[in-house]
Amino acid sequence: MGLELTTTRIEDAANWARKFSFFSYPFVTACCGMEYMSVTSPKYDIARFGAEFPRFSPRQSDLMMVVGTITERQGPVLKRIYDQMAEPKWALAFGVCASTGGFYQNYSTMPGADQVIPIDVYVPGCPPRPEQVLDAIILLQNRVQEARGHSQVRDKRAKLAAESG
Amino acid sequence: MSEQVLATLEKKFGEAIASTHIELGDACAVVDPQKLLEIATFLRDDPAMAFDVPVFCTCNDRLGEEPRFEVFYALLSLEHKHRIRLICRLPEDKPEIQSLSGLWKGFGWLERETYDMYGIHFEGHGDLRRLYMYDEFEGYPLRKDYPKDKRQPLVRRDFSST
Ligand code: SF4
Repeated sequence: MGLELTTTRIEDAANWARKFSFFSYPFVTACCGMEYMSVTSPKYDIARFGAEFPRFSPRQSDLMMVVGTITERQGPVLKRIYDQMAEPKWALAFGVCASTGGFYQNYSTMPGADQVIPIDVYVPGCPPRPEQVLDAIILLQNRVQEARGHSQVRDKRAKLAAESG
Repeated sequence: MSEQVLATLEKKFGEAIASTHIELGDACAVVDPQKLLEIATFLRDDPAMAFDVPVFCTCNDRLGEEPRFEVFYALLSLEHKHRIRLICRLPEDKPEIQSLSGLWKGFGWLERETYDMYGIHFEGHGDLRRLYMYDEFEGYPLRKDYPKDKRQPLVRRDFSST
């Protein structure tokens, strides 16, 4: 019996674990919520990607799903919830409203949730098809594994800055 | 049915009713804003009128015309099954009108919405705050001269750090 050995870096191993255990916080505000429900239903089986548990407390979640239209008035709420989430964290804009404001061009709608929080993946569509969302989850997994998420990059930058004094 | 209401109003209030017409089956009366409260009280309390449902209240901004604002009150009587729409024309520099929320409580929120969106001041409302927009919001968004893409953000992310 030979000795089997795998080498890796701790960070890569941690990211591998993270990408298969997203705990999403659904920030559902509008019609995209219907499509979100079908994404989480057994038919599309989001559990294949390890992201099946929505957590309704920001402290227990690391993936913010911004589902639906964000108004200027909701901005401070969205920011506060995002700030309360555990690090490292990611954010997904679900639908054109959350990505860019969509077809709304008016006094009340925020032109995309990225005005307030950094978004890692944008899913177009009004509403997006569940397959698009699954595709976005896979994109996000790659991003997490390669440590390219906004919060991961910020973290790394802060560490480098601290080291170089 | 509704024609009778208009006829009664014209007979009783005469000068205070500027004009009446039927629009898509709805009886409409353009009334003097000063007399609105009196007319509305009559419509509520007279047994032959008995308007008991406050259907809606909103405003129409006719920019460029004077008087600029038209405030509508729609009323319904469940007993007699008739409807009426009261229209008050208000000048641009003094968009003030008496509140009907004392007569029908249901108008309370609708008047707050009209104040929020069009800046109409309802005297005697008692709690005239913005309903949808935040307190920091300046101007009245549904007025025709509010720029359609003007935004008034409450928060923005610090883009310099990311
Ligand atoms: S993107 Fe379309 S479906 Fe989704 S919240 Fe906006 S309007 Fe509704």
